[in-house]
Amino acid sequence: MSVPSGADQGLDVGDLAMRFGGVAALAGVSFSVRAGGVTSLIGPNGAGKTTAFNIITGFQAPTAGRVAYAGRAITGWRPCRIAALGLVRTFQKTSVFPALSVLENVLTGLHLRGAVGIGAALLRRRRVAEEERRLRGEALGVLEFVGLAARRDESASDLSYGEQRLVELAIGLAARPRLLLLDEPASGMTPAEKAATAALVRRICESGVTVLLVEHDMRMVMGISDRVLVLNHGRLIADGTPAEVQRDPDVIRAYLGTSHAAA
Amino acid sequence: MRRAAAARGAVIVVAAALAPLVVWNPYQLHTLIMAGIFAVLALSLNLLLGYTGQLSLGHAAFFGIGAYASALLSVKLEWSPWLGMLAAIVVPGLAGWGIGRLALKLRGAYFVLLTISFAGVISLVSVNWMDLTNGPLGIPGVPALAIALPGLPELSLRTKGAFYYLVLAAVVLAYLVCRRIIASRIGRALVALRENETLAESVGIDGTFYLVLAAAISAAMAGAAGGLYAHYTRFVSPEVFLFTYTVTMVIMVVAGGKGTLAGPVVGAVIFTVLPEALRALTSWQWQMLLYGILLIATLFFMPNGIVPALAARVARR
Repeated sequence: MSVPSGADQGLDVGDLAMRFGGVAALAGVSFSVRAGGVTSLIGPNGAGKTTAFNIITGFQAPTAGRVAYAGRAITGWRPCRIAALGLVRTFQKTSVFPALSVLENVLTGLHLRGAVGIGAALLRRRRVAEEERRLRGEALGVLEFVGLAARRDESASDLSYGEQRLVELAIGLAARPRLLLLDEPASGMTPAEKAATAALVRRICESGVTVLLVEHDMRMVMGISDRVLVLNHGRLIADGTPAEVQRDPDVIRAYLGTSHAAA
Repeated sequence: MRRAAAARGAVIVVAAALAPLVVWNPYQLHTLIMAGIFAVLALSLNLLLGYTGQLSLGHAAFFGIGAYASALLSVKLEWSPWLGMLAAIVVPGLAGWGIGRLALKLRGAYFVLLTISFAGVISLVSVNWMDLTNGPLGIPGVPALAIALPGLPELSLRTKGAFYYLVLAAVVLAYLVCRRIIASRIGRALVALRENETLAESVGIDGTFYLVLAAAISAAMAGAAGGLYAHYTRFVSPEVFLFTYTVTMVIMVVAGGKGTLAGPVVGAVIFTVLPEALRALTSWQWQMLLYGILLIATLFFMPNGIVPALAARVARR
Protein backbone atom coordinates (compact mmCIF):
# COMPACT_ATOMS: atom_id res chain seq x y z
CA MET A 1 0.00 0.00 0.00
CA SER A 2 1.56 3.29 -1.03
CA VAL A 3 1.31 6.14 1.42
CA PRO A 4 0.10 9.28 -0.33
CA SER A 5 2.19 12.32 0.42
CA GLY A 6 1.44 15.92 1.35
CA ALA A 7 -2.10 17.06 1.89
CA ASP A 8 -3.54 13.59 1.37
CA GLN A 9 -2.00 12.23 4.52
CA GLY A 10 -4.01 12.16 7.71
CA LEU A 11 -7.65 12.23 8.57
CA ASP A 12 -10.20 14.48 6.91
CA VAL A 13 -13.72 14.75 8.24
CA GLY A 14 -16.15 16.76 6.12
CA ASP A 15 -19.61 18.06 7.07
CA LEU A 16 -20.25 15.08 9.29
CA ALA A 17 -23.86 14.89 10.47
CA MET A 18 -25.56 12.31 12.61
CA ARG A 19 -29.21 12.46 13.61
CA PHE A 20 -30.90 10.08 16.04
CA GLY A 21 -34.59 10.75 15.47
CA GLY A 22 -34.98 14.48 16.03
CA VAL A 23 -31.69 14.85 17.91
CA ALA A 24 -28.62 15.96 16.02
CA ALA A 25 -25.61 14.40 17.70
CA LEU A 26 -23.43 15.92 15.00
CA ALA A 27 -24.62 18.86 12.91
CA GLY A 28 -22.03 19.32 10.19
CA VAL A 29 -18.57 18.93 11.65
CA SER A 30 -15.41 19.35 9.59
CA PHE A 31 -11.83 19.01 10.73
CA SER A 32 -8.54 17.47 9.67
CA VAL A 33 -5.84 15.76 11.65
CA ARG A 34 -2.40 15.70 10.03
CA ALA A 35 0.25 13.16 10.92
CA GLY A 36 2.04 13.77 14.19
CA GLY A 37 1.13 15.21 17.56
CA VAL A 38 -1.69 14.79 20.03
CA THR A 39 -5.01 16.34 19.05
CA SER A 40 -7.77 16.38 21.63
CA LEU A 41 -11.46 16.45 20.92
CA ILE A 42 -13.29 17.90 23.91
CA GLY A 43 -16.71 19.19 24.73
CA PRO A 44 -19.45 18.87 27.32
CA ASN A 45 -21.35 15.58 27.68
CA GLY A 46 -23.50 14.92 24.64
CA ALA A 47 -21.39 17.12 22.40
CA GLY A 48 -20.96 14.30 19.89
CA LYS A 49 -17.37 13.23 20.57
CA THR A 50 -17.96 9.50 20.83
CA THR A 51 -20.38 9.63 17.89
CA ALA A 52 -17.62 11.23 15.83
CA PHE A 53 -15.25 8.42 16.87
CA ASN A 54 -17.80 5.77 16.01
CA ILE A 55 -18.32 7.21 12.54
CA ILE A 56 -14.62 7.72 11.83
CA THR A 57 -13.84 4.11 12.75
CA GLY A 58 -16.82 2.63 10.93
CA PHE A 59 -18.93 1.54 13.90
CA GLN A 60 -21.76 3.86 12.85
CA ALA A 61 -22.78 5.17 9.44
CA PRO A 62 -23.27 8.96 9.35
CA THR A 63 -26.52 10.58 8.25
CA ALA A 64 -24.43 12.82 6.00
CA GLY A 65 -20.81 13.75 5.46
CA ARG A 66 -17.50 12.21 4.51
CA VAL A 67 -14.53 10.65 6.23
CA ALA A 68 -11.22 10.23 4.40
CA TYR A 69 -8.00 8.77 5.66
CA ALA A 70 -4.65 8.70 3.87
CA GLY A 71 -6.39 9.98 0.76
CA ARG A 72 -9.06 7.28 0.70
CA ALA A 73 -12.76 7.88 1.22
CA ILE A 74 -13.56 5.47 4.04
CA THR A 75 -17.14 6.52 4.85
CA GLY A 76 -19.21 3.38 5.39
CA TRP A 77 -16.22 1.01 5.43
CA ARG A 78 -16.34 -1.82 7.95
CA PRO A 79 -14.30 -1.31 11.11
CA CYS A 80 -11.88 -4.14 10.36
CA ARG A 81 -11.02 -2.60 6.98
CA ILE A 82 -10.48 0.81 8.53
CA ALA A 83 -8.23 -0.73 11.17
CA ALA A 84 -6.20 -2.34 8.39
CA LEU A 85 -5.51 1.18 7.05
CA GLY A 86 -3.90 2.09 10.37
CA LEU A 87 -6.84 3.88 11.95
CA VAL A 88 -7.44 2.18 15.30
CA ARG A 89 -9.61 3.18 18.24
CA THR A 90 -10.19 2.29 21.87
CA PHE A 91 -13.53 2.41 23.64
CA GLN A 92 -15.03 4.66 26.29
CA LYS A 93 -16.26 1.69 28.30
CA THR A 94 -13.52 -0.74 29.20
CA SER A 95 -13.26 -3.25 26.42
CA VAL A 96 -10.90 -6.20 26.71
CA PHE A 97 -11.12 -9.94 26.05
CA PRO A 98 -11.96 -10.78 29.67
CA ALA A 99 -11.39 -14.53 29.73
CA LEU A 100 -8.00 -14.34 28.01
CA SER A 101 -4.64 -13.67 29.59
CA VAL A 102 -3.11 -10.23 29.23
CA LEU A 103 -0.60 -11.63 26.74
CA GLU A 104 -3.35 -13.30 24.69
CA ASN A 105 -5.26 -10.02 24.66
CA VAL A 106 -2.30 -8.31 23.05
CA LEU A 107 -1.63 -11.25 20.71
CA THR A 108 -5.21 -10.90 19.50
CA GLY A 109 -4.56 -7.22 18.88
CA LEU A 110 -1.62 -8.26 16.69
CA HIS A 111 -3.94 -10.06 14.27
CA LEU A 112 -3.04 -7.86 11.32
CA ARG A 113 0.68 -8.41 11.96
CA GLY A 114 0.25 -12.10 11.22
CA ALA A 115 -0.23 -13.59 7.78
CA VAL A 116 -1.07 -17.25 8.37
CA GLY A 117 -4.20 -18.29 6.47
CA ILE A 118 -6.17 -21.49 6.78
CA GLY A 119 -3.93 -23.41 4.37
CA ALA A 120 -0.77 -22.52 6.24
CA ALA A 121 -2.43 -23.16 9.60
CA LEU A 122 -3.30 -26.71 8.56
CA LEU A 123 -0.26 -27.69 6.54
CA ARG A 124 2.72 -25.53 7.42
CA ARG A 125 3.43 -26.11 11.06
CA ARG A 126 6.87 -24.55 11.01
CA ARG A 127 5.61 -21.33 9.47
CA VAL A 128 2.89 -21.06 12.11
CA ALA A 129 5.43 -21.71 14.88
CA GLU A 130 7.73 -19.00 13.49
CA GLU A 131 4.90 -16.52 13.25
CA GLU A 132 3.70 -17.32 16.76
CA ARG A 133 7.22 -16.78 18.10
CA ARG A 134 7.52 -13.44 16.30
CA LEU A 135 4.07 -12.26 17.44
CA ARG A 136 4.82 -13.29 21.01
CA GLY A 137 7.97 -11.19 20.94
CA GLU A 138 6.04 -8.21 19.58
CA ALA A 139 3.31 -8.68 22.19
CA LEU A 140 5.86 -8.71 25.00
CA GLY A 141 7.35 -5.53 23.55
CA VAL A 142 3.98 -3.80 23.65
CA LEU A 143 3.40 -4.99 27.23
CA GLU A 144 6.81 -3.62 28.26
CA PHE A 145 5.87 -0.32 26.64
CA VAL A 146 2.65 0.09 28.64
CA GLY A 147 4.17 -1.40 31.80
CA LEU A 148 2.14 -4.59 32.06
CA ALA A 149 4.83 -7.15 31.28
CA ALA A 150 4.74 -8.54 34.81
CA ARG A 151 1.02 -9.25 34.57
CA ARG A 152 1.14 -11.02 31.22
CA ASP A 153 -0.11 -14.42 32.36
CA GLU A 154 -3.00 -13.11 34.44
CA SER A 155 -6.52 -13.19 33.15
CA ALA A 156 -7.53 -9.71 31.96
CA SER A 157 -10.67 -9.83 34.11
CA ASP A 158 -8.51 -10.24 37.25
CA LEU A 159 -6.77 -6.91 36.73
CA SER A 160 -7.74 -3.65 38.41
CA TYR A 161 -9.87 -1.21 36.44
CA GLY A 162 -6.93 1.04 35.67
CA GLU A 163 -4.83 -1.90 34.51
CA GLN A 164 -7.63 -3.14 32.28
CA ARG A 165 -7.63 0.24 30.60
CA LEU A 166 -3.92 -0.23 29.96
CA VAL A 167 -4.63 -3.67 28.48
CA GLU A 168 -7.08 -2.00 26.15
CA LEU A 169 -4.47 0.55 25.17
CA ALA A 170 -1.99 -2.26 24.58
CA ILE A 171 -4.47 -4.08 22.31
CA GLY A 172 -4.91 -0.89 20.29
CA LEU A 173 -1.16 -0.33 20.05
CA ALA A 174 -0.64 -3.94 19.02
CA ALA A 175 -2.73 -3.26 15.92
CA ARG A 176 0.11 -0.91 14.85
CA PRO A 177 -1.99 2.21 14.30
CA ARG A 178 -0.75 5.24 12.41
CA LEU A 179 -3.58 7.23 13.92
CA LEU A 180 -4.84 6.07 17.31
CA LEU A 181 -8.21 7.29 18.56
CA LEU A 182 -8.43 7.12 22.34
CA ASP A 183 -11.87 7.47 23.88
CA GLU A 184 -11.44 8.65 27.48
CA PRO A 185 -8.46 6.41 28.24
CA ALA A 186 -8.09 7.80 31.76
CA SER A 187 -11.71 7.84 32.88
CA GLY A 188 -12.20 6.13 36.22
CA MET A 189 -8.48 6.10 36.96
CA THR A 190 -6.83 7.31 40.13
CA PRO A 191 -4.88 10.60 39.84
CA ALA A 192 -1.60 8.67 39.84
CA GLU A 193 -2.82 6.35 37.10
CA LYS A 194 -4.04 9.36 35.12
CA ALA A 195 -0.64 10.99 35.27
CA ALA A 196 0.99 7.77 34.12
CA THR A 197 -1.52 7.45 31.27
CA ALA A 198 -0.90 11.04 30.20
CA ALA A 199 2.82 10.33 30.04
CA LEU A 200 2.09 7.13 28.14
CA VAL A 201 0.00 8.98 25.55
CA ARG A 202 2.90 11.38 25.03
CA ARG A 203 5.28 8.46 24.58
CA ILE A 204 2.89 6.83 22.09
CA CYS A 205 2.92 10.08 20.14
CA GLU A 206 6.72 10.30 20.27
CA SER A 207 6.95 6.75 18.94
CA GLY A 208 5.42 8.07 15.72
CA VAL A 209 1.72 7.38 16.25
CA THR A 210 -0.63 10.31 15.74
CA VAL A 211 -3.12 10.52 18.59
CA LEU A 212 -6.69 11.80 18.55
CA LEU A 213 -7.91 11.94 22.12
CA VAL A 214 -11.33 12.33 23.68
CA GLU A 215 -10.94 13.15 27.36
CA HIS A 216 -12.84 14.91 30.11
CA ASP A 217 -9.92 15.57 32.39
CA MET A 218 -8.94 19.11 31.37
CA ARG A 219 -5.63 19.03 33.18
CA MET A 220 -4.63 15.98 31.14
CA VAL A 221 -5.94 17.46 27.88
CA MET A 222 -4.24 20.83 28.32
CA GLY A 223 -1.04 19.15 29.50
CA ILE A 224 -0.44 16.78 26.61
CA SER A 225 -2.27 18.18 23.58
CA ASP A 226 -0.65 20.02 20.71
CA ARG A 227 -4.04 21.05 19.45
CA VAL A 228 -7.55 21.06 20.88
CA LEU A 229 -10.86 20.80 19.01
CA VAL A 230 -13.98 21.76 20.92
CA LEU A 231 -17.40 20.33 20.09
CA ASN A 232 -20.64 21.64 21.50
CA HIS A 233 -24.13 20.52 20.51
CA GLY A 234 -22.73 18.69 17.51
CA ARG A 235 -20.80 21.68 16.17
CA LEU A 236 -17.13 22.58 16.20
CA ILE A 237 -16.83 25.80 18.18
CA ALA A 238 -13.06 26.12 18.59
CA ASP A 239 -9.83 24.79 17.12
CA GLY A 240 -6.43 25.84 18.37
CA THR A 241 -3.60 25.34 20.84
CA PRO A 242 -4.55 24.59 24.45
CA ALA A 243 -3.79 28.20 25.40
CA GLU A 244 -5.95 29.63 22.60
CA VAL A 245 -8.85 27.35 23.36
CA GLN A 246 -8.81 28.14 27.08
CA ARG A 247 -9.17 31.86 26.27
CA ASP A 248 -11.94 31.36 23.72
CA PRO A 249 -15.20 33.01 24.93
CA ASP A 250 -17.37 30.40 23.12
CA VAL A 251 -15.56 27.59 24.89
CA ILE A 252 -15.88 29.25 28.27
CA ARG A 253 -19.59 29.73 27.67
CA ALA A 254 -20.04 26.09 26.57
CA TYR A 255 -18.32 24.76 29.67
CA LEU A 256 -19.59 27.18 32.31
CA GLY A 257 -22.94 27.46 30.61
CA THR A 258 -25.48 30.24 30.30
CA SER A 259 -29.02 29.57 31.46
CA HIS A 260 -29.99 27.70 28.24
CA ALA A 261 -26.70 26.28 27.01
CA ALA A 262 -26.31 23.26 29.28
CA ALA A 263 -25.75 20.10 27.27
CA MET B 1 5.37 -29.14 27.69
CA ARG B 2 4.42 -29.48 24.05
CA ARG B 3 6.44 -32.71 23.91
CA ALA B 4 4.65 -34.04 26.98
CA ALA B 5 1.31 -33.29 25.36
CA ALA B 6 2.39 -35.06 22.17
CA ALA B 7 3.55 -38.08 24.19
CA ARG B 8 0.25 -38.16 26.06
CA GLY B 9 -1.62 -37.97 22.76
CA ALA B 10 0.44 -40.83 21.32
CA VAL B 11 -0.30 -43.01 24.36
CA ILE B 12 -4.02 -42.36 24.02
CA VAL B 13 -3.99 -43.16 20.29
CA VAL B 14 -2.01 -46.38 20.85
CA ALA B 15 -4.39 -47.40 23.63
CA ALA B 16 -7.35 -46.71 21.35
CA ALA B 17 -5.67 -48.72 18.58
CA LEU B 18 -5.27 -51.68 20.93
CA ALA B 19 -8.87 -51.48 22.17
CA PRO B 20 -10.18 -54.10 19.68
CA LEU B 21 -7.92 -56.68 21.37
CA VAL B 22 -10.00 -56.29 24.51
CA VAL B 23 -13.30 -55.23 23.05
CA TRP B 24 -13.83 -57.90 20.45
CA ASN B 25 -17.53 -58.52 20.56
CA PRO B 26 -19.32 -56.83 17.64
CA TYR B 27 -21.81 -54.96 19.79
CA GLN B 28 -19.13 -53.30 21.89
CA LEU B 29 -17.04 -52.60 18.81
CA HIS B 30 -20.08 -50.98 17.24
CA THR B 31 -20.41 -48.75 20.30
CA LEU B 32 -16.77 -47.69 19.96
CA ILE B 33 -17.18 -46.94 16.25
CA MET B 34 -20.22 -44.76 17.00
CA ALA B 35 -18.23 -43.05 19.74
CA GLY B 36 -15.58 -42.23 17.13
CA ILE B 37 -18.11 -40.89 14.64
CA PHE B 38 -19.64 -38.77 17.37
CA ALA B 39 -16.18 -37.58 18.40
CA VAL B 40 -15.69 -36.14 14.90
CA LEU B 41 -19.15 -34.54 15.11
CA ALA B 42 -18.50 -33.09 18.56
CA LEU B 43 -15.11 -31.72 17.45
CA SER B 44 -16.83 -30.07 14.51
CA LEU B 45 -19.59 -28.53 16.63
CA ASN B 46 -17.03 -27.36 19.18
CA LEU B 47 -15.25 -25.32 16.53
CA LEU B 48 -18.36 -23.15 16.28
CA LEU B 49 -19.91 -23.43 19.74
CA GLY B 50 -16.72 -23.65 21.78
CA TYR B 51 -14.51 -21.20 19.93
CA THR B 52 -16.69 -18.68 18.09
CA GLY B 53 -19.46 -18.99 20.69
CA GLN B 54 -22.19 -19.54 18.07
CA LEU B 55 -24.53 -22.48 18.69
CA SER B 56 -25.55 -24.44 15.61
CA LEU B 57 -28.66 -26.47 16.38
CA GLY B 58 -28.75 -27.72 12.83
CA HIS B 59 -25.55 -29.67 12.86
CA ALA B 60 -27.29 -32.95 12.07
CA ALA B 61 -28.06 -31.38 8.67
CA PHE B 62 -24.37 -31.29 7.74
CA PHE B 63 -23.96 -34.83 9.03
CA GLY B 64 -26.93 -35.94 6.95
CA ILE B 65 -25.87 -34.05 3.82
CA GLY B 66 -22.49 -35.78 4.07
CA ALA B 67 -24.14 -39.18 4.45
CA TYR B 68 -26.51 -38.62 1.52
CA ALA B 69 -23.82 -37.09 -0.71
CA SER B 70 -21.55 -40.08 -0.39
CA ALA B 71 -24.37 -42.64 -0.52
CA LEU B 72 -26.05 -41.13 -3.59
CA LEU B 73 -22.83 -40.72 -5.55
CA SER B 74 -21.57 -44.21 -4.82
CA VAL B 75 -24.96 -45.94 -5.31
CA LYS B 76 -26.61 -43.99 -8.14
CA LEU B 77 -23.57 -42.83 -10.09
CA GLU B 78 -21.38 -45.70 -8.91
CA TRP B 79 -18.53 -43.40 -7.98
CA SER B 80 -15.70 -44.81 -5.92
CA PRO B 81 -16.76 -44.65 -2.27
CA TRP B 82 -13.62 -42.61 -1.58
CA LEU B 83 -14.76 -39.96 -4.05
CA GLY B 84 -18.08 -40.15 -2.25
CA MET B 85 -16.27 -39.47 1.02
CA LEU B 86 -14.60 -36.47 -0.60
CA ALA B 87 -18.04 -35.19 -1.64
CA ALA B 88 -19.21 -35.82 1.94
CA ILE B 89 -16.65 -33.23 2.99
CA VAL B 90 -16.99 -30.73 0.14
CA VAL B 91 -20.79 -30.55 -0.21
CA PRO B 92 -21.59 -29.94 3.50
CA GLY B 93 -18.61 -27.55 3.61
CA LEU B 94 -20.24 -25.48 0.87
CA ALA B 95 -23.57 -25.65 2.72
CA GLY B 96 -21.84 -24.45 5.89
CA TRP B 97 -20.24 -21.64 3.94
CA GLY B 98 -23.67 -20.65 2.64
CA ILE B 99 -25.20 -20.72 6.10
CA GLY B 100 -22.33 -18.61 7.38
CA ARG B 101 -22.88 -16.07 4.60
CA LEU B 102 -26.61 -15.96 5.33
CA ALA B 103 -25.88 -15.46 9.00
CA LEU B 104 -23.69 -12.40 8.22
CA LYS B 105 -24.89 -10.20 11.04
CA LEU B 106 -26.95 -12.84 12.83
CA ARG B 107 -25.55 -13.88 16.17
CA GLY B 108 -26.76 -15.67 19.25
CA ALA B 109 -30.42 -16.70 19.19
CA TYR B 110 -30.84 -15.65 15.54
CA PHE B 111 -27.99 -17.91 14.48
CA VAL B 112 -29.55 -20.78 16.45
CA LEU B 113 -32.90 -20.25 14.71
CA LEU B 114 -31.30 -20.03 11.27
CA THR B 115 -29.48 -23.33 11.77
CA ILE B 116 -32.59 -25.07 13.11
CA SER B 117 -34.62 -23.88 10.13
CA PHE B 118 -31.92 -24.99 7.72
CA ALA B 119 -31.88 -28.48 9.23
CA GLY B 120 -35.69 -28.62 9.09
CA VAL B 121 -35.74 -27.72 5.41
CA ILE B 122 -33.02 -30.21 4.49
CA SER B 123 -34.77 -32.95 6.43
CA LEU B 124 -38.04 -32.29 4.58
CA VAL B 125 -36.22 -32.39 1.26
CA SER B 126 -34.78 -35.78 2.12
CA VAL B 127 -38.25 -37.14 2.89
CA ASN B 128 -40.10 -35.61 -0.03
CA TRP B 129 -37.70 -35.61 -2.98
CA MET B 130 -38.56 -39.22 -3.73
CA ASP B 131 -36.78 -39.37 -7.12
CA LEU B 132 -33.48 -38.47 -5.61
CA THR B 133 -33.54 -39.83 -2.07
CA ASN B 134 -36.15 -42.62 -2.13
CA GLY B 135 -37.90 -40.66 0.61
CA PRO B 136 -38.44 -42.44 3.92
CA LEU B 137 -37.36 -45.76 2.38
CA GLY B 138 -33.82 -44.52 2.27
CA ILE B 139 -30.90 -45.72 0.20
CA PRO B 140 -29.83 -49.29 0.84
CA GLY B 141 -26.73 -50.98 -0.52
CA VAL B 142 -24.22 -48.23 0.11
CA PRO B 143 -20.89 -49.87 -0.79
CA ALA B 144 -18.28 -50.52 1.84
CA LEU B 145 -14.99 -48.69 1.72
CA ALA B 146 -11.91 -50.64 0.71
CA ILE B 147 -8.25 -49.81 0.55
CA ALA B 148 -6.67 -50.93 -2.72
CA LEU B 149 -2.96 -50.28 -2.97
CA PRO B 150 -1.08 -51.36 -6.11
CA GLY B 151 0.66 -54.70 -5.62
CA LEU B 152 -1.28 -55.55 -2.48
CA PRO B 153 -4.54 -57.45 -2.08
CA GLU B 154 -7.54 -55.20 -1.58
CA LEU B 155 -8.26 -54.53 2.06
CA SER B 156 -11.97 -54.27 2.67
CA LEU B 157 -13.21 -52.10 5.52
CA ARG B 158 -16.41 -54.11 5.58
CA THR B 159 -15.75 -55.60 9.01
CA LYS B 160 -16.25 -53.64 12.20
CA GLY B 161 -12.70 -54.42 13.27
CA ALA B 162 -11.26 -52.81 10.14
CA PHE B 163 -13.70 -49.91 10.08
CA TYR B 164 -12.82 -49.07 13.65
CA TYR B 165 -9.32 -48.08 12.52
CA LEU B 166 -10.65 -45.85 9.77
CA VAL B 167 -12.84 -44.06 12.32
CA LEU B 168 -9.91 -43.78 14.71
CA ALA B 169 -7.84 -42.19 11.94
CA ALA B 170 -10.69 -39.77 11.22
CA VAL B 171 -10.89 -38.74 14.89
CA VAL B 172 -7.14 -38.12 15.02
CA LEU B 173 -7.30 -36.11 11.79
CA ALA B 174 -10.27 -34.03 12.97
CA TYR B 175 -8.52 -33.39 16.27
CA LEU B 176 -5.33 -32.27 14.52
CA VAL B 177 -7.28 -29.96 12.19
CA CYS B 178 -8.91 -28.32 15.20
CA ARG B 179 -5.65 -28.11 17.10
CA ARG B 180 -3.76 -26.50 14.24
CA ILE B 181 -6.48 -23.94 13.65
CA ILE B 182 -6.64 -23.07 17.33
CA ALA B 183 -2.86 -22.79 17.65
CA SER B 184 -2.69 -20.14 14.90
CA ARG B 185 -3.88 -16.55 14.62
CA ILE B 186 -7.09 -17.93 13.12
CA GLY B 187 -7.91 -19.62 16.42
CA ARG B 188 -7.26 -16.40 18.28
CA ALA B 189 -9.55 -14.57 15.88
CA LEU B 190 -12.34 -17.10 16.53
CA VAL B 191 -11.97 -16.73 20.29
CA ALA B 192 -11.89 -12.95 19.93
CA LEU B 193 -15.28 -13.11 18.20
CA ARG B 194 -16.64 -15.10 21.14
CA GLU B 195 -15.16 -12.81 23.78
CA ASN B 196 -15.75 -9.35 22.31
CA GLU B 197 -16.64 -9.00 18.65
CA THR B 198 -16.65 -5.19 18.66
CA LEU B 199 -13.12 -5.04 20.02
CA ALA B 200 -12.05 -7.76 17.59
CA GLU B 201 -13.32 -5.72 14.64
CA SER B 202 -11.58 -2.61 15.96
CA VAL B 203 -8.17 -4.28 15.65
CA GLY B 204 -8.85 -5.52 12.15
CA ILE B 205 -10.36 -8.97 12.69
CA ASP B 206 -12.96 -9.57 9.99
CA GLY B 207 -15.77 -11.11 12.03
CA THR B 208 -17.85 -12.20 9.07
CA PHE B 209 -14.93 -13.83 7.30
CA TYR B 210 -13.85 -15.87 10.30
CA LEU B 211 -17.38 -16.91 11.24
CA VAL B 212 -18.00 -18.11 7.68
CA LEU B 213 -14.65 -19.92 7.69
CA ALA B 214 -15.44 -21.64 10.99
CA ALA B 215 -18.92 -22.62 9.78
CA ALA B 216 -17.55 -24.08 6.54
CA ILE B 217 -14.82 -26.12 8.24
CA SER B 218 -17.19 -27.26 10.97
CA ALA B 219 -19.78 -28.35 8.42
CA ALA B 220 -17.16 -30.15 6.33
CA MET B 221 -16.03 -32.12 9.39
CA ALA B 222 -19.61 -33.01 10.31
CA GLY B 223 -20.13 -34.10 6.70
CA ALA B 224 -17.09 -36.36 6.86
CA ALA B 225 -18.63 -38.04 9.90
CA GLY B 226 -21.82 -38.47 7.87
CA GLY B 227 -19.89 -40.09 5.03
CA LEU B 228 -18.26 -42.50 7.46
CA TYR B 229 -21.64 -43.33 8.93
CA ALA B 230 -23.14 -44.03 5.50
CA HIS B 231 -20.37 -46.42 4.50
CA TYR B 232 -20.43 -48.05 7.91
CA THR B 233 -24.15 -48.78 8.23
CA ARG B 234 -24.39 -49.16 4.41
CA PHE B 235 -27.83 -47.57 4.58
CA VAL B 236 -28.95 -43.95 4.66
CA SER B 237 -32.44 -42.70 5.49
CA PRO B 238 -33.93 -39.38 6.65
CA GLU B 239 -33.20 -40.54 10.18
CA VAL B 240 -29.71 -39.07 9.80
CA PHE B 241 -31.32 -35.65 10.17
CA LEU B 242 -32.87 -36.44 13.55
CA PHE B 243 -32.73 -33.54 15.97
CA THR B 244 -31.58 -36.04 18.60
CA TYR B 245 -28.21 -36.26 16.85
CA THR B 246 -27.71 -32.52 17.21
CA VAL B 247 -28.76 -32.58 20.86
CA THR B 248 -26.36 -35.45 21.50
CA MET B 249 -23.53 -33.45 19.92
CA VAL B 250 -24.34 -30.44 22.10
CA ILE B 251 -24.37 -32.63 25.23
CA MET B 252 -20.99 -34.10 24.30
CA VAL B 253 -19.41 -30.71 23.67
CA VAL B 254 -20.86 -28.96 26.72
CA ALA B 255 -20.38 -31.82 29.18
CA GLY B 256 -16.94 -32.68 27.80
CA GLY B 257 -15.77 -29.08 27.91
CA LYS B 258 -16.57 -26.59 25.18
CA GLY B 259 -13.71 -24.47 23.95
CA THR B 260 -11.19 -27.20 24.77
CA LEU B 261 -9.67 -29.57 22.25
CA ALA B 262 -9.98 -32.77 24.28
CA GLY B 263 -13.43 -31.99 25.72
CA PRO B 264 -15.54 -33.02 22.72
CA VAL B 265 -13.65 -36.32 22.30
CA VAL B 266 -13.98 -37.18 25.99
CA GLY B 267 -17.64 -36.15 25.91
CA ALA B 268 -18.30 -38.25 22.81
CA VAL B 269 -16.76 -41.40 24.29
CA ILE B 270 -18.51 -41.02 27.65
CA PHE B 271 -21.92 -40.14 26.29
CA THR B 272 -21.87 -42.88 23.66
CA VAL B 273 -20.69 -45.60 26.01
CA LEU B 274 -22.79 -44.48 29.00
CA PRO B 275 -26.26 -45.23 27.57
CA GLU B 276 -25.05 -48.65 26.41
CA ALA B 277 -23.49 -49.40 29.78
CA LEU B 278 -26.69 -48.36 31.52
CA ARG B 279 -28.66 -50.56 29.16
CA ALA B 280 -26.52 -53.50 30.22
CA LEU B 281 -26.80 -52.68 33.90
CA THR B 282 -30.46 -51.78 34.24
CA SER B 283 -33.82 -52.14 32.60
CA TRP B 284 -34.86 -49.79 29.79
CA GLN B 285 -37.12 -47.80 32.13
CA TRP B 286 -34.13 -46.87 34.24
CA GLN B 287 -31.68 -46.40 31.41
CA MET B 288 -32.75 -42.96 30.18
CA LEU B 289 -33.66 -41.76 33.68
CA LEU B 290 -30.19 -42.57 35.00
CA TYR B 291 -28.63 -41.05 31.89
CA GLY B 292 -30.49 -37.82 32.58
CA ILE B 293 -29.54 -37.79 36.23
CA LEU B 294 -25.88 -38.43 35.46
CA LEU B 295 -25.89 -35.68 32.83
CA ILE B 296 -27.42 -33.16 35.22
CA ALA B 297 -24.96 -34.15 37.96
CA THR B 298 -22.05 -33.71 35.54
CA LEU B 299 -23.16 -30.22 34.58
CA PHE B 300 -23.95 -29.30 38.17
CA PHE B 301 -20.59 -30.32 39.59
CA MET B 302 -18.53 -29.51 36.50
CA PRO B 303 -20.29 -26.57 34.86
CA ASN B 304 -17.35 -25.92 32.52
CA GLY B 305 -17.21 -29.56 31.50
CA ILE B 306 -15.30 -32.67 32.42
CA VAL B 307 -11.96 -31.81 30.81
CA PRO B 308 -11.58 -28.31 32.34
CA ALA B 309 -12.62 -29.71 35.74
CA LEU B 310 -10.01 -32.46 35.56
CA ALA B 311 -7.37 -30.03 34.28
CA ALA B 312 -8.06 -27.71 37.22
CA ARG B 313 -7.77 -30.62 39.63
CA VAL B 314 -4.41 -31.66 38.17
CA ALA B 315 -3.17 -28.06 38.26
CA ARG B 316 -4.13 -27.71 41.92
CA ARG B 317 -1.96 -30.63 42.94
